[in-house]
Amino acid sequence: MAIADETTLRVVLYEGEGAATLDAAERVSTLTTLLEKGYAVTCAGEGAVAPADDSALLVLGRFENGQAPEAEDANGKVAIRFRDIDGLDSEGITALVETERESSNAAQHGEWKPWFPVIDYDRCTNCMQCLSFCLFDVYGTDDDQGIQVQNNDNCKTNCPACSRVCPEAAIMFPKYKSGPINGDVVSDGELNREKMKIDISALLGGDVYQMLRDRSQRSRSRFSKERSSDKALGERTKCLTKLAAEADIDIPIEVLQSLPGADEIAQKAAAANARAQAVLDARQSG
Amino acid sequence: MADKPRILFCHCNYAKVVPEEVKAGVLKSLCKSGQAFEAVADLCEMAARRDPALKRLAAGEEPVKIAACYPRAVKWLFGGCQAPLNAAHTEVVNMRELSAVDAAAAMLDESVTPNLPEDGSVAAVEGEKKI
Ligand code: SF4
Ligand code: SF4
Ligand code: SF4
Repeated sequence: MAIADETTLRVVLYEGEGAATLDAAERVSTLTTLLEKGYAVTCAGEGAVAPADDSALLVLGRFENGQAPEAEDANGKVAIRFRDIDGLDSEGITALVETERESSNAAQHGEWKPWFPVIDYDRCTNCMQCLSFCLFDVYGTDDDQGIQVQNNDNCKTNCPACSRVCPEAAIMFPKYKSGPINGDVVSDGELNREKMKIDISALLGGDVYQMLRDRSQRSRSRFSKERSSDKALGERTKCLTKLAAEADIDIPIEVLQSLPGADEIAQKAAAANARAQAVLDARQSG
Repeated sequence: MADKPRILFCHCNYAKVVPEEVKAGVLKSLCKSGQAFEAVADLCEMAARRDPALKRLAAGEEPVKIAACYPRAVKWLFGGCQAPLNAAHTEVVNMRELSAVDAAAAMLDESVTPNLPEDGSVAAVEGEKKI
């Protein structure tokens, strides 16, 4: 199932008129459990909250006499459901919310670690290097031939490879361990630093995939003489880890190992390059 | 008097980049404060699914305070989903860099110091204002 365009069920923890107040500890544990399950929770209290939109609303509270009120949006646009949580612990509340989520077609969470490139358009110059680099069709272009992240769930978890080919340090992975890839400020020093800019072609004498391809071909011919497949796998792991360390590209070993075969890589790289070139050509002639 | 800022808290569910004690501490302080607030499991996940709820969270005229991570990342998580935050009235409190006490104090402080980066900003000197 495509992950895009699914909405999160909005849960409101209501403690106003007609409902009992939770004590702070209960509020914390209820909220933490709901957040850990992936829900968005509005805690009613003093001050404003975000305005409503058209998505379903589930209002939880300890209502007077255990009686959850019936209500509907005056415009009939928003589906509002009230549920009484009196006597339920945080697990019970989560089970209740989960049932409501299923019946409201809201997004199911926790199936995929959200790892994908985020483009800083203040910095991006639309050079299309990321488009030509990524083999997994994560990038595409919008109607105005601008770079766009399109298939973010195709991105290889924990791999920040393309952020290192971007000459402007415009590609972020917010869950990356260090800056500026994690979104921390980009200093002049970092922008000019080879390590950040990583001219991968220069570094690897071709491109990173070419390098991997060569290595893997060399390894394959060596491994073909091996009898033990376990040993071969160990060697391959060692070889790839060394490559990643040498190049200082911080690509996790699982990602390197999951790269497609040499021919497929060549095909994909050519296709990605052609897409990027087509965009650049169209822009020049436009 | 200026409006009280609206509060948004990101629980950064699917990675350990925000220290557990910081997010737990901030959430606890918000729960104790009696302030209304929005809490989301993971802004990155919402951005990945281009969740329409991001538009709702970015909308409104009041100043907004967001407990999450780096302002540049937060700006473009929203911006990439056509749900731009208003740079003039948004402050992002970075739970990756602050202690629980400091982050909670920043969230509950009613004054807002807008800190989304501006176009192409680069910090010239280490330690200077980071936007
Ligand atoms: S490589 Fe960087 S500057 Fe070039 S299009 Fe991609 S994000 Fe923009
Ligand atoms: S990290 Fe790898 S898979 Fe993900 S977008 Fe960049 S190049 Fe593509
Ligand atoms: S926005 Fe920052 S704090 Fe929130 S989920 Fe993403 S990385 Fe974590």
